Amino acid sequence: MPDGHVDLDAEHIGDLDEYEGALAGMSRREFLTYCTGVAATLGLSPAFGVKIANAAVAAPRPTVIWLSGQACTGCTETLLRTNHPTLETLILDTISLDYNETLMTGSGHQAENWKQQAMKANWGKYLMVTDGAVPTKDGGVYCKVAGKTFKEAVLECAKGAAAVISIGSCASWGGWPSTGVNPTGAVGLNEIIKDKPVVTIPGCPPNPYNFLSLVLHFVAFGKLPELDDKMRPKFAYGRLIHENCERRPHFDAGRFALEFGDTGHRQGYCLYKLGCKGPETYANCPSIGFNDVGQGTWPVGTGHPCFGCTEKGVGFTKSIHELASLKSVSPPNSYPAVATDKGEGISAGAAAVVAGIAGAAVGAGAVISSRLGKQDEKSESSSTPAE
Amino acid sequence: MASHAHAHQPIGGRLLTLPFLVCSVLVVIAAFILAQRYGHGLGAVTNLSDGYPWGIWVAIDVVIGSAFGCAGYVMAMLCYILNKGEYHPMVRPAVMASLFGYGLAGAAVLIDLGRYWHFYHLMLPWYAQPNSVMLEVGLCVATYTLVLVVEFAPAFLERFGIEGLRRKLNKVLWVFIALGVLLPTMHQSSLGTMMVIVGHKLSPLWQTQLLPVFFLLTAVLMGFAIVVWESVMASLNFRRPMETPVLKKLAGLMLVVASVFVALRVVDLLVRGQFGQMFGGPQAGWFWVESVLMVGGLALLIPKANRGRSRALFLSSSMLLTAGILYRLNVYLIGFTPAVGPWHYFPSVKEIMVTVGVFALEIALYLVFVKKLPVLHAIEDHSANSGAPTSNAVQAKHG
Repeated sequence: MPDGHVDLDAEHIGDLDEYEGALAGMSRREFLTYCTGVAATLGLSPAFGVKIANAAVAAPRPTVIWLSGQACTGCTETLLRTNHPTLETLILDTISLDYNETLMTGSGHQAENWKQQAMKANWGKYLMVTDGAVPTKDGGVYCKVAGKTFKEAVLECAKGAAAVISIGSCASWGGWPSTGVNPTGAVGLNEIIKDKPVVTIPGCPPNPYNFLSLVLHFVAFGKLPELDDKMRPKFAYGRLIHENCERRPHFDAGRFALEFGDTGHRQGYCLYKLGCKGPETYANCPSIGFNDVGQGTWPVGTGHPCFGCTEKGVGFTKSIHELASLKSVSPPNSYPAVATDKGEGISAGAAAVVAGIAGAAVGAGAVISSRLGKQDEKSESSSTPAE
Repeated sequence: MASHAHAHQPIGGRLLTLPFLVCSVLVVIAAFILAQRYGHGLGAVTNLSDGYPWGIWVAIDVVIGSAFGCAGYVMAMLCYILNKGEYHPMVRPAVMASLFGYGLAGAAVLIDLGRYWHFYHLMLPWYAQPNSVMLEVGLCVATYTLVLVVEFAPAFLERFGIEGLRRKLNKVLWVFIALGVLLPTMHQSSLGTMMVIVGHKLSPLWQTQLLPVFFLLTAVLMGFAIVVWESVMASLNFRRPMETPVLKKLAGLMLVVASVFVALRVVDLLVRGQFGQMFGGPQAGWFWVESVLMVGGLALLIPKANRGRSRALFLSSSMLLTAGILYRLNVYLIGFTPAVGPWHYFPSVKEIMVTVGVFALEIALYLVFVKKLPVLHAIEDHSANSGAPTSNAVQAKHG
């Protein structure tokens, strides 16, 4: 610490973990169910659920140090939306989240001491998580915590980390702080830390379950899951959004929404022509959805085109309504009209018959009313003199 | 008693007149088309589609046809429930018009049913969905048609001299008359409810929770209008004296009902905040046609002298009838937009010819019935008592 208060305030990290405490009010059955669910998310056999459960309650829980850089805190916020497990179950019972600027109660020197202490006590074993881009321009002065630039902080922390995870698009390749002229020289973590693999969970924000599954995989097996060339876990980023999209049949049939609110859009047609980046973006959004409220709860499901937030070079780079470059099937050049007329309209014969009936009715009405008029005159003139 | 037996009498005359023959030809054409419909299905003759499963066979034959049939409803209500005996001479022709209107509306439903061979399922309680508006309308219309047959039965019994049965029937007739007033009140309002449940598919100019009220009001209005219209036409074509004193009162009632309808319409549009829709909203043009006819028809009746003039009565009842027809057509077809479209519907020539045939059959049957059965009240009775029509009618009621 620059101000030398580390040793004065440092507290011992106690053994808070026991089997009973780790369950945190959940029954043993509930906990095993949850772990089996996690195993399913990871694409593992349900038998691994028990293994995950054992690892999660084994004391001490793995220490996680979370550093935030140039970001909107959305990645932390997204964790608040989880409910299997809830965030508190995760950070109190499954892992030991020893430092996170948004969630920790402590502040100032106390918080900084805690971080140093946790790093020292778990050197070589802790998980390092970062959200937010690292500014590199002008010596990295654009993001500083406790007198240190963010670049210094991540380099220091990464040295003793067992694994480094960058959550969110900013930490993965620079995200929105790196758009356009990139005034702060924002880059992803993997351009700062070269000696260790940096696993990325891109997304803006990423789906929290992808992060949870990655962490629990690490806790359970002591190693990282299979990764793709951009260091993303394949269980979550192995497939194009386009492949699992519920609107895919509309794409294949050539039924596209052409503008927001048009007939096609209202009927849930494919959003490709509105600039959906699903065909060039790898993520599992259509499969797992967001916020645990059921099918269809993801951007395309609600009617907005995907903007490619998990894909470097697409999200925050291409404009939102720019056509995606297709990685698989190309649609044909011409399509049937979105709104096809259905049913039979008016025919000449029907129009003639209706006009004839109306004309006859009006004509007959006129004749009758003139006859009645004469009759009225007669009766009025005859009724004045007595009968 | 003997004089009262002649309170109604057949007007006689030739059956094979030109109007009758024209109507018969139209009925034959309709029958030919219906043979096609049953041979090859609805798609072969109609323009019905998934977007417009209800065409004019429902909107005109059933919904508007049954409104024509409300003549018996309003006259029975006036004469028996409100005990206004002076209307009695008009009850029997009105009940007959109702019998045709409802009988043919029921027949039109059978024509429009896709799987018509299941029609009797309506009557089987174990198939019933008791919360369905459609069930209510179906059962109610079917029952009312039977009630009308009973209400009209005295005319047959008189004609064929089955006095014993007629006397027995007279003792229990009040039950059927009460039913005859209750049932249309139920199903005419339910016809409106049916379109409440289509929600936003119906233009905001017509879609309102008050649809049942408006349908009941148009039923009453069209019931009065058809009685007046028919009476004027009968006096013109069969050279009978006008029933002026009664028509004057009916005209006053028409004026009241039409005014209530128009006032409620405006209030409803204001309360729902849809008043502006009449200027450029969907199908606003048809709203204006309907409203101008309605207001024109009632305006004609405002001067009291007009209510005694046959021409004014004819024009006014024609306009009010047309307004009622248009209102119902607007609600069921013109103001209706199927959700997933764009859908188009205009009746095919064959559909129109079937509807024309149904109404032609109604006219042909009317001509046969008034000539052969004691439907219209006897003229000599009327002219003899023209100074005191009330006393005559009160007596006739008990006859």
